[in-house]
Amino acid sequence: MRIALFVPCFIDAFYPEVGIATLELLERLGIEVDYPQEQTCCGQPMANSGAHKEAAGAEAVFARNFADFDYVVGPSASCINHVRDHLTAIEQTSSVRKVRTSAYDLTEFLHDVLEVREFPWAEFPHRVGLHNSCSAIRHLREASASEIAEPQFSKPRALLEKVKGIEFVTPARPDECCGFGGTFSVTEEAVSVRMGQDKVRDHIGAGAEYIVSGDMSCLMHQQGCAERLKLDARFIHIAQILNGACG
Amino acid sequence: MSKARIDHAKAASAFIEKTDHVALHDKRLWDLRLKRDAQAHGIAEWETLRDLASSIKEHTLSHLADYVEQFVDVAEENGVVVHFAATAEEHNAIVHQLLSERGMTTLIKSKSMLTDECAMRDYLEPRGITVMETDLGERIQQLDNQDPSHMVVPAVHKLRADVADLFGRTIGTDPANHDIHYLAESQRMHTRPYFVREKTAGMTGCNFAVAETGTVVVCTNEGNADLSANVPPLHIASIGIEKLIPRISDLGVFVRMLSRSALGSPITQYTSHFRAPRPGTEMHFILVDHGRSERLAMEEFWYSLKCIRCGACMNTCPVYRRSGGLSYGGTYSGPIGAIINPTFDLRRYSALPFASTLNGSCTSVCPVQINIHEQIYKWREVITARHQVPFVKKEVLKVAGRLLANPTLYRKALASLGGALRRLPNFVLYNPLNIWGRQRDLPDTPKETFHQWYLKNRKRPQ
Amino acid sequence: MVPEEPEAAAVTAREAFVARIRAAEPSPRPLPEVPLFDAPDDDRLRRFSAALGLMGGTCVEAPGLDGVRRWLAERFGPQAVTASAVQGIDGNRPLDALTPPASLQDVEVGVVRARFGVAETGSVWFSEDEYVVNAIGYLVQHLVVLLDPAQIVDGLQDVYRRPDFRTADYAVLVTGPSATADIEGVMIRGAQGVRSLTVLWMA
Repeated sequence: MRIALFVPCFIDAFYPEVGIATLELLERLGIEVDYPQEQTCCGQPMANSGAHKEAAGAEAVFARNFADFDYVVGPSASCINHVRDHLTAIEQTSSVRKVRTSAYDLTEFLHDVLEVREFPWAEFPHRVGLHNSCSAIRHLREASASEIAEPQFSKPRALLEKVKGIEFVTPARPDECCGFGGTFSVTEEAVSVRMGQDKVRDHIGAGAEYIVSGDMSCLMHQQGCAERLKLDARFIHIAQILNGACG
Repeated sequence: MSKARIDHAKAASAFIEKTDHVALHDKRLWDLRLKRDAQAHGIAEWETLRDLASSIKEHTLSHLADYVEQFVDVAEENGVVVHFAATAEEHNAIVHQLLSERGMTTLIKSKSMLTDECAMRDYLEPRGITVMETDLGERIQQLDNQDPSHMVVPAVHKLRADVADLFGRTIGTDPANHDIHYLAESQRMHTRPYFVREKTAGMTGCNFAVAETGTVVVCTNEGNADLSANVPPLHIASIGIEKLIPRISDLGVFVRMLSRSALGSPITQYTSHFRAPRPGTEMHFILVDHGRSERLAMEEFWYSLKCIRCGACMNTCPVYRRSGGLSYGGTYSGPIGAIINPTFDLRRYSALPFASTLNGSCTSVCPVQINIHEQIYKWREVITARHQVPFVKKEVLKVAGRLLANPTLYRKALASLGGALRRLPNFVLYNPLNIWGRQRDLPDTPKETFHQWYLKNRKRPQ
Repeated sequence: MVPEEPEAAAVTAREAFVARIRAAEPSPRPLPEVPLFDAPDDDRLRRFSAALGLMGGTCVEAPGLDGVRRWLAERFGPQAVTASAVQGIDGNRPLDALTPPASLQDVEVGVVRARFGVAETGSVWFSEDEYVVNAIGYLVQHLVVLLDPAQIVDGLQDVYRRPDFRTADYAVLVTGPSATADIEGVMIRGAQGVRSLTVLWMA
């Protein structure tokens, strides 16, 4: 199996520890991981703004870097969703198609491909609010959506459940969007912030000490809101907990 | 001619500053969303019903001409007079003609988004017709000279104090009395005489138009449609062509879903089926196009015609709940507004598809499975291609796009910002951090990027 | 002599209207088969009463027409202005096919018999036959509905397979008294229509 690590642009720039945790975690699980060094970005920021043409360059770089791997694994449901569903600004050659279907969010890869449930080196004795991003829930279907009449399930939760000492607390609105939404966070700043504040308060109100997610973009936004309001909450990526971070 | 572009973000920001209003608005509509969930989870076949509702609508719309013809033929056999309005103007002119021919000077009506869309009141009132909105929410909005802010609960953005103040100014209630029972009773008593007036016609909208039997189905909670239709000697029903469904039995799917989706109750208080006029009275149907056939021809966007006007997308939308329907600047707001309104005026409504986080909850609750968030995404592409993006500077996206397409350049750019990496990459913002930083802290600057760490700690020979 | 071609008839408003639609239609999609879904097993009467209760209506036993008369007198007083569409219950207001609808505006109590009820929703069904004057269902202050407990249909999927809709000029499913929650979500019973709705079980 040839497995490549995709590190989203803002994780590379601002949260390298998440990229490192992802890499170390996969290595702990016995995976030999390639990191194509010419990678930049999946193209989502341009594409989500409707700028299809402007996304093509980044998408081409992505497709080139990740050609010929069996799995392309990245710690971001939103970026992986873009690759699988929207990497369409470039010609859909058979290589591009393969890249797209080979793209997996870290949670999906651990849960569905490696089918791992135990992380014996992990310990996280804290009360945790699990934030599954909208990309994770509604686009990648990593967890059930409360508005859909379907049996409840959550892949991120299944992964975290056996971590020593972890305790889950549930907010009143477990799967309402937190308001990041990419450029939305700036173009609709007032609504975005209000949503972020509501989300953080909801988690804190349920007793969460940490808010954990498979999407660092959501956490970046929530953390930004929480810190400005001087609210007492900490934020961590699922890769970090599973890799043994203590908090 | 295009009117000014709607600035959703600015209007939303103003609404959010009204802390009591936004708190109640958000809570009230989330409560409707939860009630809807309870209904959905209580019916084993709920998701199958959504499949069926969607398929029936798509079938009907793809054969719409035949179904319209069938509907018209049967309705005419039933003694109904059918009119055809290609535009909003034609619709309004037909209504006016029907009334003035009969010497009628008052029109009492139940809720119809279509008549709002056609700006019918603005046409009739200067021509001497008194229009009385009988739905409490629509009446509030009529008195306040505002669009409805929600399809089902048109005045949901108002607090009781607002209504008390409004009624005090307009229908003579005591402005200091904020009791909601008092306010509702006042509207009942004020409106009631209009139902039994002389020289009055009644008008309803239409939730479903059944081709098989020529029946117009109207769903209300207040009973105002039944009053408007069954007291005056003339009943006019305004019908958007997308309301067609094939058979009476199909109502077994749609009526089961409508109120559950809208309000979380199994059915509205009144589900009325109008097929033929009462002896000695008249029934007229006005079929309206007003851009619907144009929309039907849009390969990506015709699915929005499946809409049954339940408002569930508004109730679930976290953006709508915090910005209020008036911030969308049109008859339709929220997610469905974002995908319909651009067909009426692309430039004016170009901001609406960007008033979304693309979270997809709207699509999940839509009883007819309109792929709302996907259409929002596609509208962004259309708006960008037609150079109507209201804010994000195209040049910024171009620069970002070029930089991210060139790994060497990109890495150089990141490195050159060095230890002073206090900026989010430019492609995330269109204005420097000022906007992000108004109400949020910025992430800390790490000492090295992942890329740099990797090269130092893991680099393998290429 | 070759007869001249007749002038093409002017396109009617209907023809132009329909032609525009036909030209715009997307590729055809099939009409699905709609199955009959399983219904809950329990007692229809109980489900009906519970559903109606949630919508603000009440159910009462009324043994025979005498029982109905007694209940009406007790509930509304013997002087209440009453119009009745039910044989055997006399109102003190006449009600027949020629009664002008507007004349019912000062009626306090309307007495009608529903053709059937619906367990799924707590609804009762009327047409112009049951109402005699349709406005009675809406202009009166209080509606009293006689319903035969043997005439409860299971659900809406069954209701809409009935032939009644083909012959009724006007048909309505009424579920509780009129209501609105348009102001701050506060529930008001008695919006534009009746303030109360009571079902009297009577075969």
